[in-house]
Amino acid sequence: MTALPETPGAAPDTSPAAAADRSDSGHGRRIFAIWLVVAVVIDVLFVFLAGPHLPPGAMTQNARSQQIDFTVITATALPVILFVWVYFAYALIVWRHPKGEPLTDGPPLRGHFRIQASWIAVTTVIVMAMFVYGTVELIGPAGAGGGEGPAPIWTPASSNVLVIQVIGQQWRWTYRYPSFGGFETDQLVIPNDTAIAFHVTSLDVIHSFWAYQLGVKSDANPGSDNVAFTTTGSATGTFIVRCAELCGIWHADMTTSGVVLSKSAFERWATLTEVKQAAATALLPKFAWSYTPDANGADGGYYPDSKDPYSSVQTYGS
Amino acid sequence: MFAVVVALVVFGAMAFVGSTPPAADYTQGHQPGQPVNVTLQTVGSIGYGVHPDWVSYLAEAPGGQWVHTTLLKLPAHSKINVTILQYDSGSPLRNAFFGQVQGTSGGDEFINGKPTRLVNSNAGNGVAHTFSVPALDINVPLLGVDPSASNFCSTPAPCGSAEHYTVQFSFVTPGPGDYRFQCFIPCGLGYLYGNGGPMSTIGYMGGFLEVTA
Repeated sequence: MTALPETPGAAPDTSPAAAADRSDSGHGRRIFAIWLVVAVVIDVLFVFLAGPHLPPGAMTQNARSQQIDFTVITATALPVILFVWVYFAYALIVWRHPKGEPLTDGPPLRGHFRIQASWIAVTTVIVMAMFVYGTVELIGPAGAGGGEGPAPIWTPASSNVLVIQVIGQQWRWTYRYPSFGGFETDQLVIPNDTAIAFHVTSLDVIHSFWAYQLGVKSDANPGSDNVAFTTTGSATGTFIVRCAELCGIWHADMTTSGVVLSKSAFERWATLTEVKQAAATALLPKFAWSYTPDANGADGGYYPDSKDPYSSVQTYGS
Repeated sequence: MFAVVVALVVFGAMAFVGSTPPAADYTQGHQPGQPVNVTLQTVGSIGYGVHPDWVSYLAEAPGGQWVHTTLLKLPAHSKINVTILQYDSGSPLRNAFFGQVQGTSGGDEFINGKPTRLVNSNAGNGVAHTFSVPALDINVPLLGVDPSASNFCSTPAPCGSAEHYTVQFSFVTPGPGDYRFQCFIPCGLGYLYGNGGPMSTIGYMGGFLEVTA
């Protein structure tokens, strides 16, 4: 040990008491005990108080699943950061340099195999556990609300699926309901307690359909059918739809809202809209899973593609 | 010296980036409860300026002069009577959904005086543009004129008595705010999917209703 320059002439504290204090393994036990109590209390508070309010909420099975994922991952990570904070606070308080005493250098660090091995083992287990958990959760339920392309692997358990086509174009979303005559509207209305297949496509550049509270996010590519599933819960209410892909100068303005209605209210709305939109629907192209816009601009139509439906999942109302 | 040059360059760049066309101010002298009359033109090419071949709107300012702008300052909670003199040729809509009239008072537009709620853009001369305010759910398709007409507008705007449709509709402004309007015909010829160039530029086909209290 050597005296630091700030205290020239100060003698290093080589007393047996100081040496004993520095080598006191009780510090480790105390830090561990404090951390354990703090971590358990804060983790429990977090899981039960904050968890149910984490985004994206619980409007659909996907959203609820994502909320649980965020809760689990955060509850796993919290003890790690709490350990760092507890150690930091302990060091600041317990090992604070007493005023008036000369500054002395600490003992040299020598490797500590048990601590190092434990740290590597524990962090490896945590990271691998989160990796496995996150990977499994990426596919459930029913693709976890992500776009699965035109031939989805993970589909809802229900065979009674409401198909809604989501059409992006600079800079607005519209929706077609093939189960109700293929009418198109700029209102996204869905029923509660229902499995829904969003068939997402674009008429121009790449957009991304992000219905955050539904736990659904799916890229909208021109000429492509990108399917994402969700299953609504019993709750009704509004949700936000955003474009999550920079799609041009008014990308930020490509935001709208949707609504979850009761099944009966949805049926009434859809049936009424089908009738009201009949004349406009007659001018639309035949329903198709994707469309091929003309890249040249003003001469571009809304041309149906000839792709087949993605799977044998039945459609709503069949 | 170097610092002065840098400052001038930065100042010039900021001035260029931040520059906007003048607004047509329809709030001056407006009495509460009175409707506001707004007259616009859509022309196939503005005929002057930096982009003389770009499709564009013009607004008739309250003083009667035509202004090359798409910034329309309007009073809140007021009835706005819009007249659009449409001089451009048309094409099919990329999405025929936008052939519907939405969000206007009574649900109609009046094309040369004829009430209309739905336009088939695959028929006739198609649709030249749509006046669409997404946040207000307003959509008004503007019929295209015959490009082979003998008096098709080929002069710098305004186009005066050239071949055109007169489209009229009304709507009520909401509370104060900036409400963007755009065209849903991809009329930016030569740009990716027709939505660049004039479609993305304030002063041409993109604009704002600046609603003030």
